[in-house]
Amino acid sequence: MKPTRLSECGNWVLDRFPVTKFWNDHMAHYYAPKNFNIWYFFGSLALLVLVNQIITGILLTMNYKPDAKLAFDSVEYIMRDVPWGWLVRYMHSTGASAFFIVVYLHMFRALIYGSFKHPRELIWIFGMLLFVALMAEAFMGYLLPWGQMSFWGAQVIISLFSAIPVIGDDLSLWIRGDYVIADATLNRFFAFHVIAVPLVLVMLVFMHLVALHEVGSNNPDGIEIKASKDPWGHPIDGIPFHPYYTVKDLVGVGVFLLFFATVIFYMPEVGGYFLEHANFIPADPMKTPEHIAPVWYFTPFYSILRAIPDKFAGVIGMGGSIVVLFLMPWLDRCPVKSIRYRGGIFKKALFLFVVSFLALGYLGTQPVTPVATTMARLFTTIYFGFFLLMPIYTRWEKTKPVPRRLTKVHSLEEQLHAIEEQLPAFIEEITELKPASTEIGDAAFKGTFFNRRPNPKGIAHVISRVAIKLKGSLD
Amino acid sequence: MKNLKALLLLLMLSFGANASEGVELQSADIDLSDNASLQRGAQHFVTYCLGCHSAKHMRYLRFALDANIDKEKVLKDIAPEGASIYDQIHSAMNKHDAEKWFGVQPPDLSLIARSRGADWLYSYLKSYYIDPSRPFGVNNLVFEDTAMPNPLWQLQGEQHAEARKTIYGEYTKLVLDEPGKLSEKEFDLFVNDLVNFLVYVGEPVQLERERLGKYVIFFLLIFTVIAYLLKKEYWKDVD
Repeated sequence: MKPTRLSECGNWVLDRFPVTKFWNDHMAHYYAPKNFNIWYFFGSLALLVLVNQIITGILLTMNYKPDAKLAFDSVEYIMRDVPWGWLVRYMHSTGASAFFIVVYLHMFRALIYGSFKHPRELIWIFGMLLFVALMAEAFMGYLLPWGQMSFWGAQVIISLFSAIPVIGDDLSLWIRGDYVIADATLNRFFAFHVIAVPLVLVMLVFMHLVALHEVGSNNPDGIEIKASKDPWGHPIDGIPFHPYYTVKDLVGVGVFLLFFATVIFYMPEVGGYFLEHANFIPADPMKTPEHIAPVWYFTPFYSILRAIPDKFAGVIGMGGSIVVLFLMPWLDRCPVKSIRYRGGIFKKALFLFVVSFLALGYLGTQPVTPVATTMARLFTTIYFGFFLLMPIYTRWEKTKPVPRRLTKVHSLEEQLHAIEEQLPAFIEEITELKPASTEIGDAAFKGTFFNRRPNPKGIAHVISRVAIKLKGSLD
Repeated sequence: MKNLKALLLLLMLSFGANASEGVELQSADIDLSDNASLQRGAQHFVTYCLGCHSAKHMRYLRFALDANIDKEKVLKDIAPEGASIYDQIHSAMNKHDAEKWFGVQPPDLSLIARSRGADWLYSYLKSYYIDPSRPFGVNNLVFEDTAMPNPLWQLQGEQHAEARKTIYGEYTKLVLDEPGKLSEKEFDLFVNDLVNFLVYVGEPVQLERERLGKYVIFFLLIFTVIAYLLKKEYWKDVD
């Protein structure tokens, strides 16, 4: 084919700028394990949410006013008078919560499949730095609407710095730029939220991905696909990221957006969890809300802070609960990566950790009562126990043999097919036929009508079988 | 710093005492597509609330468009004399007077339904009772020691509180002493219309967003199905 003017122009650029090389290195020739399951959607979804936050954030700054006198009203102006402003704002506020949901699931994936272990320690470290930056971003962004919860949440969290001995009071004053949260604080938080932290986030995402593509992705079996290669040097169990995982992630994007759109259009407040009710009242430094609770994604750490009686110790505890995550690659001494082949003790410990994390999250949304505090202390102990005892209980873990090659994945259709086959027997088990006590119809037909009724015995059987299976899966 | 903390603590205690725990709220019947109810609610708002409270984030024009009412009709029947259709719903009360008379400036009500909830507002407006120890002679079951006098007493009539005992414990019941201009049923409808309007004012775009959501979700369903078929096609050779 004769080269056209356009392709000549394209080649001129490609000779001077490595677009093709970049595309091949990271997409078309990047080999990923072919057995990724549902847990592997959340990385690309986090990227999607980041892009959503940046685009909607830029649009919001066009009408938002970072000024203590104007901020609250400008948000309402966006909600009412700016065309489509309400949609942009809800996309941003829902995106904030979605970001944490996606990131928590992404981190949990790393925990269960050992993605933080050798040789991926640095990916984990970059990921944790991303998590910390994301928390800073969310915290500072939450002040901007200048509602009651924005104000008092920031007041409580920044006053924590004053618990640090000697420099504490001066430090918190320096952070706020005033004796209380005020216009100066709002302005600097705005600067950090819209430019400083997003730059850090984008840079860290880049490093996270470069580090990942250097060592290659982990997988649900936790084995290195690079260990078995074909004659051309490609991993036998790997497939090019593009097009295989780009099309697969597209399905994940569709499902995610369905949930995302449902929240935006039908329940943007999510019962006061995504947008807190008290934040619809303008910030008032003279009026403390009855109950100050951070947004849901901070509540596990807030619970740990409240559980520890001494304020300074509480701050250390809250910081420690995040710092300890950085140490995961060195705390876990078990050579086996995936939970599929790990010992029962790790599974049980992880189960307890998840329960305590969720419980701490719930307790953080509730007012303090003596019972709640005792519970929070118990769960805080379990939280730290999971990490700090890890070097001990993972050393002598009884692991199962790890396969040399990836195990077969069952496609969604195969799984649905299996469920379809088992369904009639399952319904048969949990229900029973009873003669219908119908009044209509001829008496001669009585006794020929049957209704399916729940069968308590059958249901008990199923529940006990599930319980036994669940217990077995923890061994 | 210490003084500030003490001040905050004091404030926390004084406002904490206002907590309305233990009172069962009555549920309001919210229907934002009921334009007649919204129109009545707007009239009630301007007649009984606007004297002290504004709804400054709401424009008369937006209401006319959303509730499908003629602009002239909004100006004639709803907006106070002299208001322009482009105006926001501002109260005529002077800030300094308000503080002198009530101790605090009456809050703007644009977002009150989003911070308090419809049921709370509905119950609050119905739960005033005679209490001579209060500056305005009335107290409220839902919001104890409220600073607001009962604006609707002529309509509802006067209630007094009675302690009742049951096997489940004690509770307070409000009993109507003398009926007002409206019957109990009419008054319930009156308050419900007002609350309906306030819920609308809290987020005028609600109906529009729910209408649009259907199309977006329908599109996303189709997108997801196509993406899934595409994935299946690409992956059919991967074993």
